[in-house]
Amino acid sequence: MTMPTAKSHRPGNPVLALLTFVALMFVGVLVHAAWASDATALANRERVRALGLTDLCLSTEARYTRHLSQADYHTPFQDHPVALEHFPSGTLIAPPPHLRHAPLSQ
Amino acid sequence: MHHFLNRQRYLLDYTVAALRRRRAKNLGLLTVYTALVFLVASVMLFSHALKREAALMLEAAPEVVVQKVTAGRHDLLPAAHVEALRGIRGVRKVEGRLWGYHFDPVVAANYTLMVPSDRKVAAGTAILGSGVAEARGAAVGDLLSLRTSNGRALPLRVVEVMPHESALVAADLLLLSERDFLAISGMPAGFYTDVALSVAHPREVRTVAEKVLARLPDSRPILREEILRTYAALFDWREGLLLVLLVTSGLAFAMLAWEKASGLSADERREIGILKAVGWDTGDVMRMKLLEGGLLSLLAFMLGFVLAYAHVFAFGAPLFASALRGWAVLYPEVRLTPAVDGLQLVGLFLLTVVPYTAATLIPVWRAAVTDPDAVMR
Repeated sequence: MTMPTAKSHRPGNPVLALLTFVALMFVGVLVHAAWASDATALANRERVRALGLTDLCLSTEARYTRHLSQADYHTPFQDHPVALEHFPSGTLIAPPPHLRHAPLSQ
Repeated sequence: MHHFLNRQRYLLDYTVAALRRRRAKNLGLLTVYTALVFLVASVMLFSHALKREAALMLEAAPEVVVQKVTAGRHDLLPAAHVEALRGIRGVRKVEGRLWGYHFDPVVAANYTLMVPSDRKVAAGTAILGSGVAEARGAAVGDLLSLRTSNGRALPLRVVEVMPHESALVAADLLLLSERDFLAISGMPAGFYTDVALSVAHPREVRTVAEKVLARLPDSRPILREEILRTYAALFDWREGLLLVLLVTSGLAFAMLAWEKASGLSADERREIGILKAVGWDTGDVMRMKLLEGGLLSLLAFMLGFVLAYAHVFAFGAPLFASALRGWAVLYPEVRLTPAVDGLQLVGLFLLTVVPYTAATLIPVWRAAVTDPDAVMR
């Protein structure tokens, strides 16, 4: 194997330093995630309990995507006969599984 | 041990020098590789954190919500229905709820109006969700005017604005008194939007729901477990959808990586031939190439993941926010609690680092076992 003579100019050094730096950041984010506090989520849980909320506020454009779990079969298609669902969030938000898989009310 | 470490250092030096000789090609590959890991990791982190947060928060949702259904649609529920539910064994609390929507033409946004049961809001006042306050530029003490169902303006004094951190559940909420709610919504007195039931024992929830249906056949009970399943399924679906979109870029990268990794250029062939001729054995050549592939992919994996973490948890995932917003004017500022799923992380590692590193080995092995003279020709 060919061996570089001048140790101070070893080409591997900067890459090793970069790799160590990135690895430290990687470990750092894992530690950060492990130590992250759930305080906000727990405060929100209390808010949900106090107000009796049922859904996350992900999109406010249509009621069936604002209160997804409360939607029924007809809400997205209610405007007129053969109405098509037309809100963008409706394409990204799937209907609740209890509507698709034998709901209790049937 | 010292000899072994030195050997690895020299191997690394040589590998880095070899990578530098094809600097542009390798830097390009590193950039594309990092970008792909960044996108996939962002989707995974975002979905996992949202799913986790949703489960944590909605654990406190009502055990059963009962809606009245008329002609297949959610209808207003008369007070007699609420009374009919009171005697069900196992039900701790029955609460008729008043809530609904209000379109505010001033900012073209939908609000969720609600009469809270945990506090008394005085008539003529309102508590605003952070999104509503931001959209209307309202602060505590300001007057907010909403249009009632008969077209008159109803001024409401803002007495509280909910904190930003509550946006994920309450950005569009406007809490007000029963009198004001009825005036704005036009709902007749003696009717409710739905009923929330509090059930003493979790095991009895299904039985209670069945009893609700027996007493009120025109109703639809929605269980808390269904609410939780809705959000678990939603984020799986959304994650799947985004990952499907990423498949095309993944395939493009796979082609690029395969081309780079599996086909050796004439230069690389000659290099392997020379190394063999000066005394490297097949194992050394393989180790060097493995190190080359490993260095590139490990760097791209870690860098992509760290960038994705910052994108999702420090900057609020601006790349996905537009997909969440749709046409909505009010949207929550999603600040998620950082969370990493170990299984997803391992999966991402196996999907990115291992295949690329493995793909580099086969052609190198083929070239390395051939006679140096034949390889160099």
